[in-house]
Amino acid sequence: MTEHTDVIIGLEIHCQLNTKTKLFCGCSTDYKTDGPNTHVCPVCLGLPGSLPMINRKAVEYGLRVAKALNLEVPEESEFARKNYFYPDLPKGYQVTMYDRPLAVWGYLEIEGDDGEKKVRITRIHLEEDPGRLVHKAGAGRVAYTLVDYNRSGIPLIEIVTEPDLRSPKEARRFLNKLRATLEYLGVYDGEREGGLRVDANISIRGSERVEVKNISSYKGVEKALTFEITRQKNLIRRGLRVDRETRHFQEGRGITTSARSKETETDYRYFPEPDLRPLRVKDWVEAIALPELPDARRDRFMATYGISLNHARTLTGDLRLAEFYEALAAKVEPNLAATWTADTLLGELNYRDMPVAKVPLDHFADLVGLVGRDEVTDRVAVDVLRALLDAVVTDETPVKPSDYVKQHNLGKGTADAFAAVIDEVIAENSQAVADYREGRGAALNFLVGQVMKKTRGKADPKEITPLIAARITPEEGA
Amino acid sequence: MGSVTFDAEDRWNAFITICREAGHGDGPMAGVAVAVKDNISTAGIQTTCGSRILKDYIPPYDAHVVELLKAAGAAVVGKTNMDEFGMGTTTESSAFGPTTNPVDTARVPGGSSGGSAAAVAAGMVPMALGTDTGGSIRCPAAFCGIVGLKPTYGRVSRYGLVAYANSLEGVGPMAGNVTDVARLFSVIAGHDARDATSIDRPFAHTPSSNRIKGLRIGVPAEFFGKGVDPAVAEQVRRAIGDLADLGAEIVDCSMPSMAFALAAYYVTCTCEASSNLARFDGVRYGPDIASKRSWHEAYQEHRREHFGKEVRRRIMLGTFALSAGYYGKYYAKAQAARKNVGEDFARLFADVDVIAGPTMPTTAFALGEKTADPLSMYLADILTVPANLAGVPAISVPCGTVDGLPVGLQLIGRHCEEERIIDTAYAYEEVRR
Repeated sequence: MTEHTDVIIGLEIHCQLNTKTKLFCGCSTDYKTDGPNTHVCPVCLGLPGSLPMINRKAVEYGLRVAKALNLEVPEESEFARKNYFYPDLPKGYQVTMYDRPLAVWGYLEIEGDDGEKKVRITRIHLEEDPGRLVHKAGAGRVAYTLVDYNRSGIPLIEIVTEPDLRSPKEARRFLNKLRATLEYLGVYDGEREGGLRVDANISIRGSERVEVKNISSYKGVEKALTFEITRQKNLIRRGLRVDRETRHFQEGRGITTSARSKETETDYRYFPEPDLRPLRVKDWVEAIALPELPDARRDRFMATYGISLNHARTLTGDLRLAEFYEALAAKVEPNLAATWTADTLLGELNYRDMPVAKVPLDHFADLVGLVGRDEVTDRVAVDVLRALLDAVVTDETPVKPSDYVKQHNLGKGTADAFAAVIDEVIAENSQAVADYREGRGAALNFLVGQVMKKTRGKADPKEITPLIAARITPEEGA
Repeated sequence: MGSVTFDAEDRWNAFITICREAGHGDGPMAGVAVAVKDNISTAGIQTTCGSRILKDYIPPYDAHVVELLKAAGAAVVGKTNMDEFGMGTTTESSAFGPTTNPVDTARVPGGSSGGSAAAVAAGMVPMALGTDTGGSIRCPAAFCGIVGLKPTYGRVSRYGLVAYANSLEGVGPMAGNVTDVARLFSVIAGHDARDATSIDRPFAHTPSSNRIKGLRIGVPAEFFGKGVDPAVAEQVRRAIGDLADLGAEIVDCSMPSMAFALAAYYVTCTCEASSNLARFDGVRYGPDIASKRSWHEAYQEHRREHFGKEVRRRIMLGTFALSAGYYGKYYAKAQAARKNVGEDFARLFADVDVIAGPTMPTTAFALGEKTADPLSMYLADILTVPANLAGVPAISVPCGTVDGLPVGLQLIGRHCEEERIIDTAYAYEEVRR
């Protein structure tokens, strides 16, 4: 048994669909650079007398997701009203779907803790996003609160899984795969701030289930779940009971806190939305053509470019990364391109929290080309890449790597050119030389490192190691 | 282009807002003064729904029907009084005081479109728009002695009509005679892409009395049952007799679903209302409350303060009926009963062309007569709610008086057959003259 077989996790994921207009009106969804309450109309403001009209595109996007995740689309689905009061909710109810969702029973295949597994999807449905509250600080805690309705009516898709996940890591992998799938489908923009929200149901086998709400990032999910498992296991270990409750995830502190019981007792009084007719879209699903999805692209990458499963999986795990790689593989040797993108570039991007879309493709191809032609050492190439990305981050015009290498004289020197340096290093490190002669092999690595340092990485360790070894190895019979 | 000076004296409190100078454009209704019920949104003109909670609310947009009125050249001369949010049968629950009946000012005009009916009956305007959720056009038309049409659900767009019970209500014409009702209806009927329940059936029919011969008129026994004033029943039977004299065939029939119609109606409309009226939380509309309490408490305070008693009653009834554990008992059952009403109509309309009966079981109540006893007021809706539950059209046309008070003949038609009930009403109107 692996560590987490007693952990049971189910997720509810809310994603903003990237339609051009809102779910029930013609207001544009592209409000990020505009002021508050600039993308509103009587419908999304919930003005008295306004009526919703369903955005065809949002339904189509929902059906794309349904098809990609292998769900069944029933003959008829129906919007319903979820009634509750909250200052960000202009109508006093949210139009969502309740007992007749858009699609039911599907699955998404992921790489689980114990190999490939199917995570079952219970249902997906469409609903409208509420507005956004902006709390203004005053002398006390909050002086007043403003409401921005730009977000009101943005289409959301809610995806609910069965409790099939067994660890926070698996949950994270599921979310990554789901996100990639949604991006491949062209229905979701992962870069959009606040585009994803997750509620997680989590329990230890045999104990009560706890709902953790309010998780708004991928990393947050893993953190919240890890915290919650530890908390619940500690309770059980101490012989205490896990209460069935709703908890909020405090992103900043990495903990979950109990929601006031009042909030969990809300009775939403669902009933069918009388302003909309039921949806009959089953036949429409047939006509929807799906694009290539992550798994298919992964397999194609392996077949076409001859790259490893691990590289292919990493490179196809994000739509923009996959597109970047394909463009790169058209310019430089695909295997080298895969290594440099998946193993090196990705780490540097994560470190800088930089999207791959910002990497200038020609520059990166130039760099990989230098490595491919053995014109720079790997170490120099990494330095050049870092300089390149730092330039992009600070909005400077990046210099082409081959020019950069010339300017800074970083081209790989021939081993002979380093003879003087090697002499120097041997002279300066007599102790290491002595150690090596006494059979301590590690001392050789130290000496190679010193040469690398003095040549600012231009020397290729593969070439200079035997040279140094030859110089300091005691001659036979001496 | 021109403008109408509207200087009629409002002795009946028929209007909440009067536009003394109302501009208008060209068109088939050029310069005709039309009063609009105050739950229909008018850009730039206060729209209160007869409620204090919407006092001074000025919509930034026109309802679809108001756009159509304006496009036809009509002048909107004011917004008429009504029961708060349409919840009433007397126009007494208005936050702006009751409207009186021009026929007898000690009586109610009926409701909830009492202001529109009174404005027409008093001769202030030739025609007006009302709305009908469970009889709110036909009841005041009957009580005030005018003509009122509740159209087929969806034939007139609801866009801009402040919702009370979305699945039941609609906008309709009210006027002194059938011809004007038909004229106003031809302006407002038709498809609207902003209303998902809208249907594409424009109206372009001129009333005719030539289609009455051989018309089969069903008369359900339930329309003359318990609670119907015998004098009113007598008057309506006489009117139906007149139609028979014109060549119509009278068919006695039965509508058993009537037994549950009123309950189905009140459960449905209160459930929908409890949700529709949630948006009036004090954040965006209505008088400001300088409250330093939590939002939750401020909402309660605002709603308790500014909603009238009848509105609060219906919100509570609807909230209760939709609550977990009660949904199946009330809302779901009401929908089943509603379906029965629809099926009853379908069965009857396979045999008859029009169904006839009284619009209201009595003549106009005295002011204050029903305010203490809401249940007896609800019972007065028994003859009008079936048409709303089934979404079929119904018209009320005056058919004489009892003790000097008007009585209305109600004619109910098949889905989208306004033309037929309008012709029947027109034929009756001609013989009565």
